[in-house]
Amino acid sequence: MDQRQDAPQIDAVTGQSTTGHEWDGIQELNTPLPRWWLGIFYATIVWSVGYWIVYPAWPLLTDATKGVIGYASRADISADMAQLKAQRAVQAAGMADATPEQIKADPALFQIAMAQGKAAFGDNCAACHGVGGAGAKGYPNLNDDDWLWGGSLEAIGQTIRHGIRATGNDETRVSQMPAFGRDGMLKRDEINAVANHVRELAGLSTEPKANLALGRKLFADNCAACHGDAGKGNKDMGAPNLTDAISLYGMDMASLTETIANSRNGVMPAWGGRLDETTIKALTVYVHSLGGGQ
Amino acid sequence: MAEADPGDGPLFAASRKVYPQSVSGPFRRAKWIILIICLGIYYLLPFLRWDRGPHLPNQAVLADLVNNRFYFFFIEIWPQEVYYFTGLLILASFVLFLMNAVAGRVWCGYLCPQTVWTDLFLAVERLFEGDRRERMRRDDAPWSFDKLWRKSGKHTVWLVIAWWTGGAWVLYFADAPTLVWQLATFTAPISAYVWIAILTFTTYALAGMMREQVCKFMCPWPRIQAALTDDDALNVTYRYDRGEPRVSVKQAQRLRTQGQPAGDCVDCYQCVAVCPVGIDIRDGAQLDCIQCGLCIDACDNVMEKIGRPDRLIAYDTDDNVKRRIAGKPAIYRPLRARTLIYAALIVIVGGAMLWQLATRRTAEISVLHDRAPLFVTLSDGSIRNAYTVRLLNKRPEPRPFALTVDGLPGIRIEAVGTAPTADIRPIVTVDPDSSREVRVLVTVPAGTTLSASQSVTITASDLFAGETVHATDHFMAPGAHP
Repeated sequence: MDQRQDAPQIDAVTGQSTTGHEWDGIQELNTPLPRWWLGIFYATIVWSVGYWIVYPAWPLLTDATKGVIGYASRADISADMAQLKAQRAVQAAGMADATPEQIKADPALFQIAMAQGKAAFGDNCAACHGVGGAGAKGYPNLNDDDWLWGGSLEAIGQTIRHGIRATGNDETRVSQMPAFGRDGMLKRDEINAVANHVRELAGLSTEPKANLALGRKLFADNCAACHGDAGKGNKDMGAPNLTDAISLYGMDMASLTETIANSRNGVMPAWGGRLDETTIKALTVYVHSLGGGQ
Repeated sequence: MAEADPGDGPLFAASRKVYPQSVSGPFRRAKWIILIICLGIYYLLPFLRWDRGPHLPNQAVLADLVNNRFYFFFIEIWPQEVYYFTGLLILASFVLFLMNAVAGRVWCGYLCPQTVWTDLFLAVERLFEGDRRERMRRDDAPWSFDKLWRKSGKHTVWLVIAWWTGGAWVLYFADAPTLVWQLATFTAPISAYVWIAILTFTTYALAGMMREQVCKFMCPWPRIQAALTDDDALNVTYRYDRGEPRVSVKQAQRLRTQGQPAGDCVDCYQCVAVCPVGIDIRDGAQLDCIQCGLCIDACDNVMEKIGRPDRLIAYDTDDNVKRRIAGKPAIYRPLRARTLIYAALIVIVGGAMLWQLATRRTAEISVLHDRAPLFVTLSDGSIRNAYTVRLLNKRPEPRPFALTVDGLPGIRIEAVGTAPTADIRPIVTVDPDSSREVRVLVTVPAGTTLSASQSVTITASDLFAGETVHATDHFMAPGAHP
């Protein structure tokens, strides 16, 4: 490559001066950066010096220079969080002072409670009760009108606060269905008779060879105390209504036999200590509004 | 140094500063009138009031971004009705096409904000620095006190106009009198100042500094209009059949007395001097020409002085010039397929929009089925589905809506959180100009034959105005499983 350095010349085509460099006969036009560009460039350098002084900039061994105005992005976040907290406190204040009945009656509070309740439900309840409270076998559907322990705002609040058969909570809802088979209280054919009778109570078909008379007698002796003579259940004891269209564990013979033989004693934790009062109130209103509230 | 190839011209043409000369005449007068009307509307419209009742803003034209509403006199647009703007843009393009087919770049020459503000800025420039020759002479002269105060005075007034332009812009987005007061007391929202600053800068730069460069290099319309024009579209045309050969006034008189041809063009360059984009119209139709008609005024003034007929430069077609050269009469066809089709499209689109606007509903309903659970079996065996119903009330007063449901025998509806009323239908009252979401439970009695999914219709009826809106959604059931 033939490289030369000549004095700058004026290029005939563009009328611009060349840099004087020449590579194999090709010359380079001298096209300096625009003045305005350079001006801004130098201005940013000057600006950056001021920036170093004013804002945190230079890393030190364990820290960084703080800057004279003491700016810290962490402080911004703290301020934002404090603002958010204050904002929530205003809403929470209304919630804290109101009873669930008052919340339900006040459209503004109701809206907050529903939003807050929905979020809290998703975080804490949906694992068992399903998204939207759809329920599953052994975990009640909270949308329907059938309640084990009552569907009033008060009853729902009590259940959430203290749980069901929750250990270490004195006010928890307790009842115990005996395991009639496992504990030897009823024999195999007796359990079959009771199961058939329960299906009879619910208006479902019974087995042709079922001893319904025996089942009726055994039901009256062993079950009616909690479930009632007609099997309508008792909310004080969490004894389900056996005659309606909803069942928690299934009304087929196999499920019923298992229920009677081994009992079912579902457990729900007490949320009183884990969630704050306002959240529990919001959850109460939310669950009550899913569709089954009484 | 290698010899330059003659065809190898420079790739970059340095811009030449244009010093448009002032001119008077009918086109200049029309441009002033249009300028006053356009700027008058722009600067004053935000202050026009329009009573919409107690719940709504009373500004005639307002883009209320906070509440997602756009108000234009009696029209109120919700965000989901943004298609009105689409329609408006379609209409605007057809109007632009039609203008272009009839008389070329009417938009560019008279109506475009770039032209209007540049005209205003040029007037200010003339006020401080004098007309073309004076400005050119002063720009060449070294700096002096005279030059300094004239230049700084001009830029100050430009900045005030630019600031006012930005200031008027933000008034369309908030209650104008309130915002003016806030701006005056420095308590306006920061976004207002930012937008004023942005528009001050763009107005100052575009109308003061860049001017014709915007039309030549930034605007796509010259390229588009070049593709849209046809042989019958009137354009600002130099009638070279009359103008050529160019000779001086005296020579022309001599030639004419000798019975020899002499053009009317005396090569006075007045058409070039007044041109805001700095072109010579006598070179024929060209991309840079914004067709403002100022060269027509300039030429007419000269023609009058030298006693020749006016409109040597005029709105005409090149075909007509050629026809006249060939001894044929000129043909003007404003009514032709192209213009008629554009006009028909304008009528169709405009009519469709008006019809849509006149018959649009002031209530809307949308229904969203619960995702989980899809259905709920109640203790008596009936099946219930839950929906979230959103009701929109676009009227300026609160409206009670009664909800009903159809589609299945014995089907009934209730709304969570609504107070019980004497009406067996749930009544949902929606605040003026807002929407309300309500959870709705729809129940079908036990024993109804249901498949896994069937459709039901939820209807909301305004109890007073009688307007009804309905939405159809699925009703889910266990279906085949008993």
